[in-house]
Amino acid sequence: MELSPADVLKIANLAKLHIEEDDIPDYVTNLSKILEFVEQLNGAPIENIKPMAHPLDVMQRTRADNAVAVTTTKATQANAPEVENGLYLVPQVIE
Amino acid sequence: MEWETVIGLEVHVQLQTQSKIFSNAPIAYGAEANTQANIIDLAMPGVLPVLNAKVIDMAIMLALATNSQIDQQSIFARKNYFYPDLPKGYQISQYENPIVHNGYLDITLDDGQQKRINITRAHLEEDAGKSLHGNFQGKTGIDLNRAGTPLLEVVSEPELRSAAEAVAYLKTLHELVCYLDICDGNMQEGSFRCDANVSIRPRGQEALGTRTETKNVNSFRFVEKAINYEVARQISLLENGEQIIQETRLYDPDNNQTRSMRSKEEANDYRYFPDPDLLPVSISDEQIAEIQKQMPELPAARRQRLQSELGLSDYDANVITASRKLADYFEKVVELSHAETKLVANWVMGDFSAALNKENFNITQCPVSAELFAGLLRRIHDNTISNSIGKKVFSAMWQTHKSADMIIEEQGLKQVTDSAAIEKIIDEILEDNPEQLAQFRAGKDKLFGFFVGKVMQASKGKANPQQVNNLLKQKLFTDSH
Repeated sequence: MELSPADVLKIANLAKLHIEEDDIPDYVTNLSKILEFVEQLNGAPIENIKPMAHPLDVMQRTRADNAVAVTTTKATQANAPEVENGLYLVPQVIE
Repeated sequence: MEWETVIGLEVHVQLQTQSKIFSNAPIAYGAEANTQANIIDLAMPGVLPVLNAKVIDMAIMLALATNSQIDQQSIFARKNYFYPDLPKGYQISQYENPIVHNGYLDITLDDGQQKRINITRAHLEEDAGKSLHGNFQGKTGIDLNRAGTPLLEVVSEPELRSAAEAVAYLKTLHELVCYLDICDGNMQEGSFRCDANVSIRPRGQEALGTRTETKNVNSFRFVEKAINYEVARQISLLENGEQIIQETRLYDPDNNQTRSMRSKEEANDYRYFPDPDLLPVSISDEQIAEIQKQMPELPAARRQRLQSELGLSDYDANVITASRKLADYFEKVVELSHAETKLVANWVMGDFSAALNKENFNITQCPVSAELFAGLLRRIHDNTISNSIGKKVFSAMWQTHKSADMIIEEQGLKQVTDSAAIEKIIDEILEDNPEQLAQFRAGKDKLFGFFVGKVMQASKGKANPQQVNNLLKQKLFTDSH
């Protein structure tokens, strides 16, 4: 599958990645190659195979609905660049 | 041109669990910021989600209550988007194989007719945190307490044809999840919130028009207003030869209008894929059978039974079954008091509900237990006290939590049924009001009520009103001439 420069820009935007204009041709080539490689899977004969949601053929374990008090708030907030009144501060989201 | 409104609703039902859907952090509304978000909710490197078993049970309950199919091999998917209140950069949700699908809900329209609304699917997902755009040196504050709160998103088919139908559907679903006790139903706190997909088309046309999605409307009244606004806006656009843009809109209750939320629709490319951190969920027949056994009686069935077994009117049954706890209370009082159901219904819907409303209590905070209340109604039923003295006893009971018998005894409220005693009072009243008596005898029949009032007043409400009526009639109509 051949990607267009517009596809690359869209993917970059969705991934919130900044890319340089000059690098776009390289991305087009490399990403297209990756897709081409993965596309081989489309040739696999799967008519009689049931789809799997996960490569491990086991089922999800669950836990009982018991709450445990959170004791890590101080530590995690120490990691944040900025905290005020217990809130993590981030660049303004809306104008 | 005649337009037809087409509405589909997506309702986020917050599941009432102790802990989050994929972590054991507690869930409590209004806690101090970020004190209920643990390292899993914060998406610290290396953590893995572990599914809360309770949310599966709750989803099964909703499936059983809406005649839905249950996908016994359900999978979780990642819905990818970037927002600061979504620490992982994706929301764990369900895309293919949602746990609940193909069900329906029967709603009752304003004219009393029933309409069946199909439920496309209901899937489990985690809630995001909250962004606070206040005054933080021009920054946005993030509270992740809500991150990871379990939600069941219930999606209807676009089969609702008016704002009123949408509200009827929402109320029915709201009542149902409260009955099932899987949601606290608190709309102000966001425990039950709704996105409305609205479009219009010329009546008779099959193809759907372009729809808009109005987000997060948190009251029944606002849903109605938001939809009506949106329908009017779309009609006016089309009739002026303009186009409707498929977009997400936000309802602004202060100005009663919807406005565009984001215009960059390509941001809505969520690139769902199965979450490799979570295995498929398997639900056994035994598990479903076990939940089936625990299912409470559903509101529609209960309404029916209260009418057929207890003889309540359609209206009374509706009011009393509006909440499961109120209906439980009512039935307990009926059982304990042995009074007529109509008497119990009138009291529960009247003074009892009024007192709750006045204090802004819900029924679990009510100071008058079903046992106490039944004791009061027993005494009205057996004529120990009249209905109006009952009100006095009730308010004393509300304050003191004492039994009706104790209050009646202490305050000397026992009804006077001794004819001689009542007659004595009547004689006194007639003697004290010669003018009115003369007028009455001259033909002013209306004054009968005046005498009844005086006698009841003189007895401090304790005389049996029926007896007062009868005795007074005898006196006034037979004694005189």
